[in-house]
Amino acid sequence: MELLPTVWFVAIAVLWTGYLFLEGFDLGVGMLMKLFARNDTDRRVLLNTIGPVWDGNEVWLLTAAGATFAAFPLWYASLFSALYLPLLIVLVALIFRAVAFEYRGKVDTVRWRTMWDWAIAVGSFTAAFGVGAALALTTTGLPIDSNGDRQGGPFAWFSGYAVLGGFAVVSFALVHALAFLALKTDGEVRHRARRWFVRLAPLALLPLLAWVVAVQLLSGKPLTWILVILAVLAAAGAWILARKGAEGKAFGALGAFLVCAAASIFGAAFPVVIPSTLNPAFNLTISNASSSAYTLGLMSIAAAVGLPLVIAYQAWTYWVFRRRVSAAHIPAAHGFLPAIAANVLVGHAAPGGAEGSGPEGTGTQGTGPQRTAPKTTPRDAGE
Amino acid sequence: MDALEIARWQFGITTVYHFMMVPLTIGLGLVVAVIQTLWYRTGKVEYLRMTKFWGKLFLINFIMGVATGIVQEFQFGMAWSEYSRFVGDVFGAPLALEALLAFFVESTFLGLWIFGWKQLKRGVHLACLWIAVIGSFFSAYFIIVANSWMQHPVGVTMVNGRPHMTDAWAVFTNNTALVAVPHTLFGALAVAGAYLLGIAWYHLWRRRHDGIDTMGADGRAVPGEADIPGRDKTDYKVWIRSLRIGAVVAMISFAGTAITGDMQGKLMFEQQPMKMAAAEAACHDGTGFSVLSIGNLGSKNCNDIVAVIEVPGILSFLAKGDFNTEVKGVNSLLDEYKAKYGTHLTDSALYGDRAGQEIQYVPVMEVTYWGFRMMIGFGGIAAFAALLALWVTRKGMVPQSRWIMRLAVFGILAPFGANAAGWIFTEMGRQPFVVAPNPDASGVDQVFMFTAAAVSPGVSAAELITSLVALASIYAVLLVVEVRLLVKYARGGVASAMPELAGARGSEKKEKKDDDGGTPGAPGQPGDSDDVLAFAY
Repeated sequence: MELLPTVWFVAIAVLWTGYLFLEGFDLGVGMLMKLFARNDTDRRVLLNTIGPVWDGNEVWLLTAAGATFAAFPLWYASLFSALYLPLLIVLVALIFRAVAFEYRGKVDTVRWRTMWDWAIAVGSFTAAFGVGAALALTTTGLPIDSNGDRQGGPFAWFSGYAVLGGFAVVSFALVHALAFLALKTDGEVRHRARRWFVRLAPLALLPLLAWVVAVQLLSGKPLTWILVILAVLAAAGAWILARKGAEGKAFGALGAFLVCAAASIFGAAFPVVIPSTLNPAFNLTISNASSSAYTLGLMSIAAAVGLPLVIAYQAWTYWVFRRRVSAAHIPAAHGFLPAIAANVLVGHAAPGGAEGSGPEGTGTQGTGPQRTAPKTTPRDAGE
Repeated sequence: MDALEIARWQFGITTVYHFMMVPLTIGLGLVVAVIQTLWYRTGKVEYLRMTKFWGKLFLINFIMGVATGIVQEFQFGMAWSEYSRFVGDVFGAPLALEALLAFFVESTFLGLWIFGWKQLKRGVHLACLWIAVIGSFFSAYFIIVANSWMQHPVGVTMVNGRPHMTDAWAVFTNNTALVAVPHTLFGALAVAGAYLLGIAWYHLWRRRHDGIDTMGADGRAVPGEADIPGRDKTDYKVWIRSLRIGAVVAMISFAGTAITGDMQGKLMFEQQPMKMAAAEAACHDGTGFSVLSIGNLGSKNCNDIVAVIEVPGILSFLAKGDFNTEVKGVNSLLDEYKAKYGTHLTDSALYGDRAGQEIQYVPVMEVTYWGFRMMIGFGGIAAFAALLALWVTRKGMVPQSRWIMRLAVFGILAPFGANAAGWIFTEMGRQPFVVAPNPDASGVDQVFMFTAAAVSPGVSAAELITSLVALASIYAVLLVVEVRLLVKYARGGVASAMPELAGARGSEKKEKKDDDGGTPGAPGQPGDSDDVLAFAY
């Protein structure tokens, strides 16, 4: 087996695992915006747990795709063109989700926020499902011909594995997010997240385990079966720890579950990167899909320097924002304050409200003064 | 339209759109970093306000660049799989490095900057912004290295019909990239300059219109205060300084784009002579530079083109730096290209229905000719307007004319137009190649690819039209949303980015100059602010 392509197969597996681990919880938090949060303050607590980090997490996806392009151009070309429509949907989901995070708070009306809340929740669900489906298909097979092109039309990629992979990542992301919220929030949200986690985890981790086992049945090896056992143990550990209230350890154990599960999937698939369901002779493997040794060598140097740095400064970000977020930390909503209220005359105050009245007492507890613009709709405290 | 044409429209639309957000991100990011540095060094309140205000507008735009950037990375594989297979060994590396060494830096440190006003020390907080800005420069560098390889392939040898990288240094120091990177960065700064100038002009005009600022006996501005959030005397300084910074940035960046553009033009006359001949609609050898031509540029018959205003010698100077060289025209280049690269596409399956067709070596001349002139024209107009603006506002006042104010505001669009025209020119001027052949004696002259061979063979026209319609309509809706938010927050002034000003109306004394947290919370309510996040979604 060639060394450099193997190294890069491992590197790409690491990038995908990093993506599923990190964006896993922020995709989950996105879905929980509609499933878990009870009012606007809850939603803002949820958002602010991932606020400083979600964009950095998403770059793991870009890096995984870019590294696949550089290290295995034929894998990248075949996978992305075969999954044209599903990836289009993922892109649309990611666009709306990203814009929604930034724009949600920019206009202070219930309608505006609700619209973007849906964009976040549906976008997160769709992106998680699509990425899961794509990864499941690249590990279980696509109808590609000898040139690596999909045969059979726009939907020929569809298989039960796609659905399984989609649900696997969605449901994992949901419980991963609950474990994350239990760790990152305080007050009622924290305890509710932990309760939900304990209740849902045994069921929600099953689809991912099913995908793991499915790949083992297709192309498992003794070593990867051991990883499956470790994954099950880690999942059980996460559940027991969460019941005990050890939130940090439970989150860590869940992470270990993901790492073992992903390692067993990629390990079982190795060295095939896309099995062809038409003819095993058309399989794309790390040997026939990879770049030249020169390019892989160059990329190895860059990754050896770059990746540890990325992990270091992203870890630092989590340290900087380590404080638990609770309702008390959420400042009052403000859409925007007009410096030029319409037809303002000199010397006259802007229409009432724009000057910062005292705390209103509704909405969030313990916030600063309400700094709402004149036409503000009252915040939807408690739905 | 067949799959190839749809895929090209999609790439063109999504890329031009993405590159509306990107230059503003790069240019404004640098400007905000400089302004925050001024605040850090001087502690002056106006610089803090400028940081907050321009930072807010920066972020509203930044996120759109992020969101549309993912499409760019995915569509190489989705719509252009044959291209990806062909160039992957050399083109994938800068893309992967862009993600690994630039996107991670940008997104992570910008997250720290946005949310870290209170958690980080002032110096560290400022450093985060600088790191993110430098990350955006690296991002520009890597993507232009990738693009320049398509314009001028270097550092590879052909192995089994595919170029393999043999010299990374050559790829990463491609002379095409080394001039294109500063050209693009200056182009981005031009966008930021006009942006500051236009919005600052609006606020100065508004202050004067509202009677807040008046003109003194010596014709100089007398800043006043009004009972409106943020409209105090400091507010005047915010806008006059923003205006001047914007105008200076606009002029510097025009000079920068002109110098680097000239270098780039001279390179292109060597590397892609057909592109430059088409840029001039120069059919015959020794044609002069025309300021205006009429006739059917799309026609392949050169007799249809009549230069209305022609300046002899200029084209020679653009190409070679002297006034006497005879620059080759389209006609003689056409013969050279046919001799070198064939007259017809081969019967390879890669060309699909186009196999065996005659190759059109002349790019669409309306696009190259007018694209080139729009790029220079819009850039020049913006720079000239900036110079004029500095002169007109030398006494700290803007004219009361509503029309001039509108011109200043709509002038924001000029550098966007110049950027878009430049990219459309350079990308369409490269056709019919997606990887243009390198005519240098560098030993890679068989490395080229026709665009007709690049599209994904397995993807149907129906799939492509679906994505084209979906992306174009989503982009259109989001552009409306973004522009409306930008207008709203720009009109709202500093108070829209600093709601605490609503509680500290009309008095800069209340703003502590040594505040290390960006004045979180409203003055007069100490205590509250300690528990509340300095920035929250």
